[in-house]
Amino acid sequence: MAAPAASAIDLSKALVLAPPALADWLVILPVAWCLASGAILLMLRKNVRLQPPLAVAALVVLLVLDALLLWRVIDGGPVTMVMGRWLPPFGIAFTVDLAGALFALFSALVALAGGIYAAESIDASGRRYGFYPFLMLLMAGVSGAFLTGDIFNLYVWFEVLLISSFGLLVLGSEPRQIDGAVKYAFLNLIATTLFLIAVGYLYGLFGTLNMADIAAKAGERRGDLPLMTLGVLFVLAFGMKAAAFPVNFWLPASYHTPRIVVSALFAGLLTKVGIYALIRVMVMLFPVEGDELSFVIAAAAAATMIFGALGAIGQSDTRRLLGYLVISGIGVMLAGIAVGGPGGVGGALFYALHSMVVMTALYMATGVAGRLSGAFDLNRAGGLYGRTAFFSALSLVLFLSVSGMPPFSGFWPKVMVAKAAIDIGAWWLAGTVLLTGFLTMIAVGRVWVLAYWRPANIPAAPGEGAPRTSAMLSLSALALVTVLVGLFPDPLLQQVQQAASGLAEPSAYVNSVFPQGAR
Amino acid sequence: MNTVIFRTLAPFLTALMLLFSVFVLLRGHNEPGGGFIGGLIAASALAIYGIARGIRPVREALWFHPMTIAAFGLLLACIAGLVSIFAAVPFMTGLWIYPGLFGIVVPLSTVMLFDFGVYLVVVGAVTSIALALEREDI
Repeated sequence: MAAPAASAIDLSKALVLAPPALADWLVILPVAWCLASGAILLMLRKNVRLQPPLAVAALVVLLVLDALLLWRVIDGGPVTMVMGRWLPPFGIAFTVDLAGALFALFSALVALAGGIYAAESIDASGRRYGFYPFLMLLMAGVSGAFLTGDIFNLYVWFEVLLISSFGLLVLGSEPRQIDGAVKYAFLNLIATTLFLIAVGYLYGLFGTLNMADIAAKAGERRGDLPLMTLGVLFVLAFGMKAAAFPVNFWLPASYHTPRIVVSALFAGLLTKVGIYALIRVMVMLFPVEGDELSFVIAAAAAATMIFGALGAIGQSDTRRLLGYLVISGIGVMLAGIAVGGPGGVGGALFYALHSMVVMTALYMATGVAGRLSGAFDLNRAGGLYGRTAFFSALSLVLFLSVSGMPPFSGFWPKVMVAKAAIDIGAWWLAGTVLLTGFLTMIAVGRVWVLAYWRPANIPAAPGEGAPRTSAMLSLSALALVTVLVGLFPDPLLQQVQQAASGLAEPSAYVNSVFPQGAR
Repeated sequence: MNTVIFRTLAPFLTALMLLFSVFVLLRGHNEPGGGFIGGLIAASALAIYGIARGIRPVREALWFHPMTIAAFGLLLACIAGLVSIFAAVPFMTGLWIYPGLFGIVVPLSTVMLFDFGVYLVVVGAVTSIALALEREDI
């Protein structure tokens, strides 16, 4: 061992010389863990028996890592690690604040439920085609998007999760799925291209991609930069990703085609990444532009809510119906973003977390119901209540939760958003939130009456005997989360409000990237 | 394309290109080259072999499925980043060791390991696409 003689260069000008605390590693470990375990599962993909237990174990580890990360962030504020120890803004920073950590934890929870559900519902050929490796790589993309502190890096994670989602979408290679995948891929690529153009423009204006750096510089140079153009581009790109009203048509066109567990994961994860990015950019980076655009966002939110709920009432295929419910939920989150303040943004964050859990669970419940009654068509379904009372009770909990009834998790964020809207005098927006809850109730009530209460008068539907254990396990776990959050909302309520004020006033975030103002 | 000359020459050309791809990979640290371009050269070498001799000989020569090679590369790249945890530096920091081999100092680094991972990902991914496309032609 003979290292070359160290030259007399002052490394502190270029490198972070302080060794990172071991707890700081939690910032990058969720992503690295997903990539590594995805690679291992890909190497073992011929071993179809080993795949589910390995993947579920990997997802449990991911959940633990994200929980530790959240604990670390609650305990000590935002955490940063700069890749390759180059000084920010030159090194790519991973910065996690409360909002990112909460989203990461709930996404891991949803993915774990999906992994368990898939253990029995994805057959050997689906596993050989790589369901579990794709799931892990999807989680790498989703976690990366929530944890990164660099806007170009955010784009890269969007691509990672998009490519994994293409793989999951065509699993099975039915013509119907290819059709859905083409629409999904094409419209998402347009949104991603818009995002990339916006990032390029942003880099041209600021000369930096680090979010903390941008947040600080945007305040100083607001006068002489065309930030409004940037804001509009970002709102359009992320609105498309999140399936906001005028640009939401890719979602109902594709979400009903893949395997039900894939739809469940998409409903829980993908649109929420768009909402997260919208909050991160329009609330934290460009708050003034976000305020100026708030009427546009509010109008889009109201239209998204109403058209989503009306679309849900108009469908007879339960999977399509749920696709529209995902959209109407996005509207509530957009309303929260448009209203702003700790109540509005906090409500949007809370609603996103609630929607992750409940929409995933609803798709899973639909999968179970479809298997039991042999059809996803409401005109042919029936008699579920008579066959499995426990499963019907779980479904009812989810139906009430998605329409925002107390005492379930959907109630509190809707109250937060409606109250914040009334506080700033936007009565029409608060009224739309409440009306949407009512319309959603009609849509899911129709499913309840037709598929659950109505006796199975058409004996032709060849359903199967009992729900699968794995499906019931993940479904009960998610339903338990929505009940617990609904009954004891205080801890989460405090955290989302704190997260919202951390986004509105990002000095702690900036300080964690640039300690003692060394920018 | 299926001439005697091509079929006879293809294995030699493939061997030469594979060797060259490793040269480009190792050269890439300080000069033009690197894992990505090296991987592309190796993948085109395998594609030439496939055009000359068919899919089956390529799969047999590779021993592992191309996707497995790509996954192994991804794992290597991840490990290259995670090694930093033992040196108490942030993720993906370049770490060097200088073992002497027969009196010559051979610098080895995590950067090289990462580049090697990239090489394998590109070889695996591009080869598996090429083989899948080739299969449709028959």
